[in-house]
Amino acid sequence: MSVATKPAPPAGSSSLARNQLPRRTTQLVLVLSFAAGAGLSALFGGFSVVSFAVLSVLVFLVVNTALSAVVEGRRKATDKLVTALVYTAFGIALVPLISVIWSVLDNGLPRFSVDFLTTSMRNVTGLNDQQALEGAAPFIGGAYHAILGTFLITGLATIISVPIGLLTSVYLVEYGRGRLARSITFFVDVMTGIPSIVAGLFAAALFAVLFGVGTRNGFAGAVALSVLMIPVVVRSSEEMLRIVPNELREAAYALGVPKWRTIVRVVIPTAISGIASGVTLAIARVVGETAPLIVTAGFTSSINSNPFSDWMMSLPAYVYSQAMRPLSGSSPQPSFDRAWAAALTLILIVMLLNLVARLIARLFAPKTGR
Amino acid sequence: MTTTAKPPPAERPATTPRAKARPGDRIFSRSAQVAGILILVILAGVAAFLVREALPTFTADSSEIDGGEGFFSYVWPLVFGTLAAAVIALIVATPLALGIALFISHYAPRRLAQGLGYIVDLLAAIPSVVFGLWGIQWLAPQVQPAWSWLADNLGFIPIFTGPASATGRTMMTAGLVLAVMILPIITAIAREVFLQTPTLHEEAALALGATRWEMIRMAVIPFGRPGIISGIMLGLGRALGETMAVAMVLSTGGFTWSMVTAGNNTIAAEIALDFPESSGLKTNTLIAAGLVLFAITLAVNMFARWIVSRRSEFSGAN
Repeated sequence: MSVATKPAPPAGSSSLARNQLPRRTTQLVLVLSFAAGAGLSALFGGFSVVSFAVLSVLVFLVVNTALSAVVEGRRKATDKLVTALVYTAFGIALVPLISVIWSVLDNGLPRFSVDFLTTSMRNVTGLNDQQALEGAAPFIGGAYHAILGTFLITGLATIISVPIGLLTSVYLVEYGRGRLARSITFFVDVMTGIPSIVAGLFAAALFAVLFGVGTRNGFAGAVALSVLMIPVVVRSSEEMLRIVPNELREAAYALGVPKWRTIVRVVIPTAISGIASGVTLAIARVVGETAPLIVTAGFTSSINSNPFSDWMMSLPAYVYSQAMRPLSGSSPQPSFDRAWAAALTLILIVMLLNLVARLIARLFAPKTGR
Repeated sequence: MTTTAKPPPAERPATTPRAKARPGDRIFSRSAQVAGILILVILAGVAAFLVREALPTFTADSSEIDGGEGFFSYVWPLVFGTLAAAVIALIVATPLALGIALFISHYAPRRLAQGLGYIVDLLAAIPSVVFGLWGIQWLAPQVQPAWSWLADNLGFIPIFTGPASATGRTMMTAGLVLAVMILPIITAIAREVFLQTPTLHEEAALALGATRWEMIRMAVIPFGRPGIISGIMLGLGRALGETMAVAMVLSTGGFTWSMVTAGNNTIAAEIALDFPESSGLKTNTLIAAGLVLFAITLAVNMFARWIVSRRSEFSGAN
C-alpha cells in the first residue's frame, strides 16, 4: 500500500540521474569560458595571451563550480573545483617548461653552427661584436674551448666518482653491517644535500691549501663535481644491487664461487644496466653544474686541454660569463646570442645523456627467465 | 635442558666448515670498505677545509670584514635573502607540485600518466644556468608589470614597497625561477607517495560514496603526509643552496624588506659573484658564509630525512 503512494519519479529520469548535470556540461562550459576569456581580455586593454589564459581559467573555475553547486550540491561542486585546479596546476607547470625550451631554441639556433662548436673565444673582442652588429664583419667566437673543458672536467669527475661510488655501494649491499655501514649511509644522505657552491668552495679551499691561494684548474673543478656526483652514484647503484635476487648469489655460493667473484661476475653484471644508466644520469646532473666550476676552474677564452694547470672554461661558465659580462657593453647582443647557443649545446648534451641512460637501461637489461 | 643445549656447538664445525679466507675475497672486501671510508673522509675534509679557511674571519678585527661591522652583521642580510628566496619559491611551488602530483597519480588518464611524469622530470634535467639565462632574459621582463602593479596597489605591505625595479630583476623573480627548479623535486616525491596509497583505502572511500576529492582528502593525503613534508623540505634544501638562478636573475644590493625592488642577496649567489675576484680576508669571509649555508641546508635536509625515516618504521614497504 505504502509503496503505491510514493510519488513516482518524473518520467525520463531515474532517481540516480537527478541532481546531475548533463554529460557534456564541463566541456561546454570550458569552450564558453575560452570565448568569454578572449572577450574579456580584449575588453581590458587589448588582447594578450597571458590575460586570455588567466581570465578563461578564472571564468571556467567560477562558472563550473557555481553551476555544479546549484544543481549537484556542495560536495560535487568541491570535487569539480579541485579537479579543475589540479588540471590548472599541471597546465601552469607546462608554461615554464615550454617557455624555457622555446626560448633556448629560438635564441640559440641562429648562432648554433659548426663554426660555433669548433672555434674558441681567443682574440674575440667587443670590437668584433660591434662590427658584426653593424654588418662590417662576420659574427665570430664559439664555445669549443668550453665544450672541451666540460668534457675533460666531467670525464675526470666520472673517473674519480664511479669507482668510489660503485665500491661503496657494493660495500653497503654486500658487506656492510653495523655502525660503519649505517654511518656511511647517513653521510651519503648528508652529501646529497651539499649545496653545489659549497662543494666548489671545498675544492677551492683544498687546492688553496695544497697548491697555494688562487689555484684554479680543471682538476679542482673535477674534484668539486665528484663531491656532488659520488652520492648520486652510490644511491643509484645501491638501489640496483639491492634488487639483484638473492637466489643468484646463493646459487653461485653453492657452486663454490668465492664471494668476490660472485659479486664481480654475477651480481654486478646482473645490475649493470641499472648501474650504467644511474652513472649516466649522475653525469647528466653534474655536467650542467655552474657554481662549483666558476669558483674552481675559472674562466678563460682560450683552449686549454690540460686540466691540471691553468684556468679552464666549461660550458655552464661560458653561458654565465657571456650572459653576465658581455664582451661589448654597448652592443651585448652577440654575447647574449652566444650564451643562448651555448645553453642549447648544454641542453642537447644533457638530453643526450638522459636518452643514453634510458637506452642503456633498456638494451642491457638482464634477460629474465621467461 | 643442559644436555640438549650442548650438542649444537659441538656439531656445528662438522656440518658447516668455516670457509677458507681467500686473498681475493679479502682484497675485494677491503677495497670496498676503503671506498666507503673514503666518503666519510671526503665529508670530513669538506667540513675541515671549510672551517680552516673560514677561521680567519672569526679571529680578524671586525672592522676588516666586508661592511666593517664584523661577520655577523655581514652574513645576516645574506641569510635573510637566502631564506626569503627559498620561502617565495616554496609558496609558489608547493601547491603547484601537489596539484601536478595528484594529476599524474589520480587524475590523468592512466595511459598518459607515465609520459606526463617524464615531462615534469624534464624540468629537473635542465641545467640551472639555463634557468638563470631564461630568468634574466625572458621571465624578468614578462613579470615586471606584475611587480609594478603589486608595488602600486599593495605597496603598504612591507614586502611590496615600491618603487618596483624597472628590469624585473627582483627577489620575487628569483623566487619564481627557484620555484620552477624545485617543482620537479617536490612533484617526484609527492607522486611516489600518492601512488603508494593502498588501493583498498581508496576503493573503500569510493565505495562509501566519496567523490574523488573526498577520497583523496581522506585516503591519499593522510597516507602521504610525511612524504609530502619531506618532499617540501628537500625542495627547500635545494632552493637554499641554489646559486645560479639567483646570481644571474637578481640585481643584488643591500638588505631591504621589499621583494619587488633591486636589492638583497643570497649566500650562494654572493659567493658565486664575489669569490672569483676575491682575495685575502674576503675569501675567508665568503667561505665562512658558505659554512653557514652548509649548516642551514644540513639542518633542513636532516629534518627531511628524519621525517622519512620516522615513517618507514611503520610503513608496509619494509
